[in-house]
Amino acid sequence: MSFAQAIGDWHALVVLFVAGVVPNQIWRMLGLWFGGGIDEGSELLVWVRAVATAILAGVIAQIVVEPPGALASVPDVLRYGAVGAGLIVFLLTRRSIFAGVVTGEVFMLAGKWWLG
Amino acid sequence: MALPPLDSPQWQSPWRAFAWGLRSITQTILTIVLFVTYLGIGALAHDTHFSLLWALCSTLFVWAGPAQIILITTLGSGATIIQSAIAVTVSAIRLFPMVVSVLPLMRTPTTKRRELVFAAHLTAVTLWVECHRFLPLVPRERRIAFVHGLGCGLVSVCLVANTVGYFLAANLTQTLGAAILLLTPLSFLFSTARNSREVADVVALTLGILLYPLAAKMNSGLDILVSGVAAGTIAYGVHWWREVRA
Repeated sequence: MSFAQAIGDWHALVVLFVAGVVPNQIWRMLGLWFGGGIDEGSELLVWVRAVATAILAGVIAQIVVEPPGALASVPDVLRYGAVGAGLIVFLLTRRSIFAGVVTGEVFMLAGKWWLG
Repeated sequence: MALPPLDSPQWQSPWRAFAWGLRSITQTILTIVLFVTYLGIGALAHDTHFSLLWALCSTLFVWAGPAQIILITTLGSGATIIQSAIAVTVSAIRLFPMVVSVLPLMRTPTTKRRELVFAAHLTAVTLWVECHRFLPLVPRERRIAFVHGLGCGLVSVCLVANTVGYFLAANLTQTLGAAILLLTPLSFLFSTARNSREVADVVALTLGILLYPLAAKMNSGLDILVSGVAAGTIAYGVHWWREVRA
């Protein structure tokens, strides 16, 4: 990888600023400014938290359903199976993130090896 | 490693407090979860054709894993800047109550607002969890320095993870590259599920996953936003219904 490739183009960095940095820092700075004036248990925040969680869930689903890059080389059944197997172990181990992630990875790698 | 007692002379220097914060990253399993997540983000950035500098800047200046993933995946799947910005903005609203609840833990009567700007920037879910755990063990007047140390340590770990993930994705066989990309959905799913304490959180997570494929069929370019608002609102409805009944 060359130096120029590592830097990339400036346009992409502007997009990062507009669509990534500003949308996040706005909320942090509002929190700094208005700190104390908001009730954490308010109904509006419960709704906001639920929508934010569901958006994150959509992102998780998107990566599995429409996989980017190298993940696209893994057959559907292995991707869904890996998430399912990881979830079962996660629940059985009283919510161990580590056990869930390792199980999902092992399932996918074993499946790929087995399918050749 | 145990933090020194509250009245120890160790806490007299802000720099020592910063160093204790930095060292505290070795005291939590969440550091490993973050490392794995940012390994995945580095690989995702590579496979979606963003530059390494771009990935590192996103970690430094956005510093919110979910937002970074939403940004990369939406832009990578052809959404416009406006569409991505909307999805990221909505996902980032939860930083607001987080900052509101964490800053009072480190404020003293004489603290000026500008002294808290960097701590507010460092606030994300991991730091928020760790502040509630560590800060009671730190003298109040040294908490800002401690949080700066803790935050800088976590950011550094993630920058290293981004770089490693980026190069691994570029140089590994397809199978191992796929394994690194799979880390992202797995670690996010399980860490979000673990943080879900209320029924509304669980419903939002489950429905959010199930509704996405339906929303994607509409091909609006705002798939994630559509399924997210729908699933989140239903989850809120469940919460409201339980409150009313109780």
